[in-house]
Amino acid sequence: MAAVSMTVNGRSVTADIDPRTLLVQFLREDLRLTGTHVGCDTSQCGACVVHLDGKAVKACTILALQCEGAHVTTIEGLANGTELHPMQAAFREHHGLQCGFCTPGMIMTAVDLVNRKGSDVDEHTIRHELEGNLCRCTGYHNIVKAIAAGARAMAQAPLRQAAE
Amino acid sequence: MTATGIGAPVRRKEDQRFVTGTGRYVDDLNRPGQAYAYFLRSPHAHAAIRRIDKAAALASPGVLAVLTGEDLAADKIGNLICGWMIHSKDGTPMKAGPHPALAQGKVRYVGDHVAVVIAETLLQAKDAAEAIVVDYEVLPAVVDPAEAQKSQAQVHEVAPDNTVFRWHLGDKAAVDQAFARAKHITKLSLTNNRLVPNAMEPRAAIGEYDPGTDSFTLYTTSQNPHVARLVLSAFIGIAPEHKLRVIAPDVGGGFGSKIFIYAEETVCLWAARKIGRPVKWNAERTEAFLADAHGRDHVTEAEMAVDEDGRILGIRVSTIANLGAYLSTFASSVPTYLYAPLLSGPYDIPAIYCEVDGVYTNTAPVDAYRGAGRPEATFVVERLAEVTARQLGMDPAKFRKKNYIRNFPHQTPVIMTYDVGDYHASLEKALELADYKNFGKRKRESARRGKLRGIGFSSYIEACGIAPSQAVGSLGAGVGLWESAEVRVNPTGSIEVLTGSHSHGQGHETTFAQLVSDRLGVPIENITIVHGDTDKVQFGMGTYGSRSGAVGMSAIAKAIDKVIAKGKKVAAHVLEASEGDIEFKDGKFTVVGTDKSAAFGDIALQAYIAHKFSGQELEPGLKEGAFYDPTNFTFPAGVHICEVEIDPETGMTSIVNWTAVDDFGVVINPMIVEGQVHGGIAQGVGQALHERAVYDASGQLLTASYMDYQMPRAEDFPPFTVGMTVTPCPSNPLGVKGCGEAGAIAAPAAVINAITDALGHEDIAMPATPHAVWRAAQKSQMRMAAE
Repeated sequence: MAAVSMTVNGRSVTADIDPRTLLVQFLREDLRLTGTHVGCDTSQCGACVVHLDGKAVKACTILALQCEGAHVTTIEGLANGTELHPMQAAFREHHGLQCGFCTPGMIMTAVDLVNRKGSDVDEHTIRHELEGNLCRCTGYHNIVKAIAAGARAMAQAPLRQAAE
Repeated sequence: MTATGIGAPVRRKEDQRFVTGTGRYVDDLNRPGQAYAYFLRSPHAHAAIRRIDKAAALASPGVLAVLTGEDLAADKIGNLICGWMIHSKDGTPMKAGPHPALAQGKVRYVGDHVAVVIAETLLQAKDAAEAIVVDYEVLPAVVDPAEAQKSQAQVHEVAPDNTVFRWHLGDKAAVDQAFARAKHITKLSLTNNRLVPNAMEPRAAIGEYDPGTDSFTLYTTSQNPHVARLVLSAFIGIAPEHKLRVIAPDVGGGFGSKIFIYAEETVCLWAARKIGRPVKWNAERTEAFLADAHGRDHVTEAEMAVDEDGRILGIRVSTIANLGAYLSTFASSVPTYLYAPLLSGPYDIPAIYCEVDGVYTNTAPVDAYRGAGRPEATFVVERLAEVTARQLGMDPAKFRKKNYIRNFPHQTPVIMTYDVGDYHASLEKALELADYKNFGKRKRESARRGKLRGIGFSSYIEACGIAPSQAVGSLGAGVGLWESAEVRVNPTGSIEVLTGSHSHGQGHETTFAQLVSDRLGVPIENITIVHGDTDKVQFGMGTYGSRSGAVGMSAIAKAIDKVIAKGKKVAAHVLEASEGDIEFKDGKFTVVGTDKSAAFGDIALQAYIAHKFSGQELEPGLKEGAFYDPTNFTFPAGVHICEVEIDPETGMTSIVNWTAVDDFGVVINPMIVEGQVHGGIAQGVGQALHERAVYDASGQLLTASYMDYQMPRAEDFPPFTVGMTVTPCPSNPLGVKGCGEAGAIAAPAAVINAITDALGHEDIAMPATPHAVWRAAQKSQMRMAAE
């Protein structure tokens, strides 16, 4: 067993874990944050995407021990209390999900891609950036629409907050 | 139409939990004291098991049990079943080989279940599984369905030539006559490639046993928990039906693969009692590739006969369907009654004959996958139609128009009676949305850039909303295919609807609530849809075959009618009028011709407090149930047009436009329906361009992960153009037909027709990978140069 400490969704956590434990197992099984999903064993599907120190990572591809001292944000930590993050709201508004299993990873990837590519990111770029996230339900059509709308809403959110 | 009623694009009620990570899938659940199951699977496609030495595994840390097929037999646990009886042409019943949940004496495919290790942790279970020593005698394997009947390898003793059935449908003599007087005959050899369903949530199960009540609970990723309970009780014999509760909570996609009752959930339940602890299993993706039931896998010879005017005279089809190593739950129905009755497509075809041989091979079981038989039929009909039109020099749209059915009801020569449709309307709208008249201009523009542009049609029909119980019973089904519902009105006027349908992405919590809101005038937020738990919902046949709208919602509509009827009785007392004078409209009970009325919620309260009527005259309460058995299949139909651009240098195919015009009858929620169409198209395009489960000659699955099996990705698609036409379905009270499978049924033929149009080359197999397209492009360029 080995000790690990990190900050998850703003909360400090410490645990003794099997050194083979992946970050996604640590989140799901030790912290019971089950919003981060596991859809494959080969880092292809992206259902497990979380933010590690502000950047999207596949939580199935990193050991929990490698995250010592890091800040991790999962889907559960994205909303501001009861107010959905603009990207979460956009997925709902544009029907960007059906069974919901890929959705947490999609949303975490989407937020990261807007952070990197800007709020006026075009459709082609969105489709390309989703290379590491698989969805079997939606045909991606409404996911792409949702991300474009979420990107615009993310740009407006800070302005709205400032105005308030 | 109200903002939340039928026809409104209501945003989904279920999304709040899914976008915040608070959905509850089976793997998110953990039971106190649970242990973990890990399955040791066969590394061989075909082998006799001489001996299993589990001593070292049993001595491994944390191990609670190592169980094999012998233990299963000792406990008299029954085999898994196939619930649809098919008879061969000669009247003999299909040859169903035994299908134990853990192998007994023999393994028959790579991934077959040899033993299960139950341990304190998953890692301990995996470590111990490596310590099990199995002495295999490797046997010759058969993999290719076209070779199965001649192979030396024999998968099951009951089927010496690996043939499950030799089935047929239609009038052979009439077809032979039609071909004899044909002006033109088109012949095609087609392979419908084998697919792996790949719902994003892998299958999972938790089995639990309560010794105090001698009862079991199964948490499982199922599309039909009541069917699972029935099979696990009545056939496998885990527990009597009333001692087994099956819960299918949030389920992350199914596409057919979660209909079936598999080995793993059977073993988890059985093992839970043996070790006295809950037992959890969650598939890894490679396990899903190996052991989820696969889809399609047909080898077909197909012919179409036409007269001098381009009218179709007949279709003749001969198919070998790979059913894999064991017959999965509904495997036998897919290449027979879900396939051949669709070979008329939307066309008026006087004579059709289809023979199907179902064969065993040493591969994973094959069963229903989105569309189930209907994509295979549509591929046959629409490839034949397209190629025939081209060979006759006719515009493919005109050829289809000439042959469309115009009068309804229409009896096809292969069982089905189409109730209603307007195929011309769908085609005309699709041609317009796809800007078909300017395709030539676009093709020339592509050519200027050195690209090959092609356009392809798929004018599909499907039979869904399955189906009248008597009809499916006469065709061999072991169950009835009605649906049940219960509408429980609470004293405060809020409502729970219990349904036997199951939502695993379809959005029933929203669409079903829309129906109730529309009919009863109750705000949608005051309605909860309850599904997926056999202790809550009395019974249900579940969700597959696009049946939840046509059958599941019709049951709800019927229960609502009963609630309104009961409400009128209560209202008559409350409003002091005779029952015949009460009408219910816009959420109010009114005495006809007066301004006396009572809101639905007030009547609900009165029904429960029962102060205004005698309990001897009228039962208190407001709760009604209904079973609904449909009167016919439903027949959604439509036209999909795919436009591709091919780079002949690389063989890369880009889909540049996709137009879909579907007739689903009455649409409850257009946003959700369009989403179903998008997803279906993507799966169909996946089949046409990317996906194929590949076994090598020894039976090893070469495509057992996302590294090797190409799933469609966002960049593979343009935005889809989706339109609709509506002919209300006369076979159910809502007029709905079903939309869940249409895209997957229509898409493969549209893509292949577009690619072959671009290449000027008729022979390209699915998946049309860049390599295959490049080779075909080279061939046609060489041919054109020679000409």
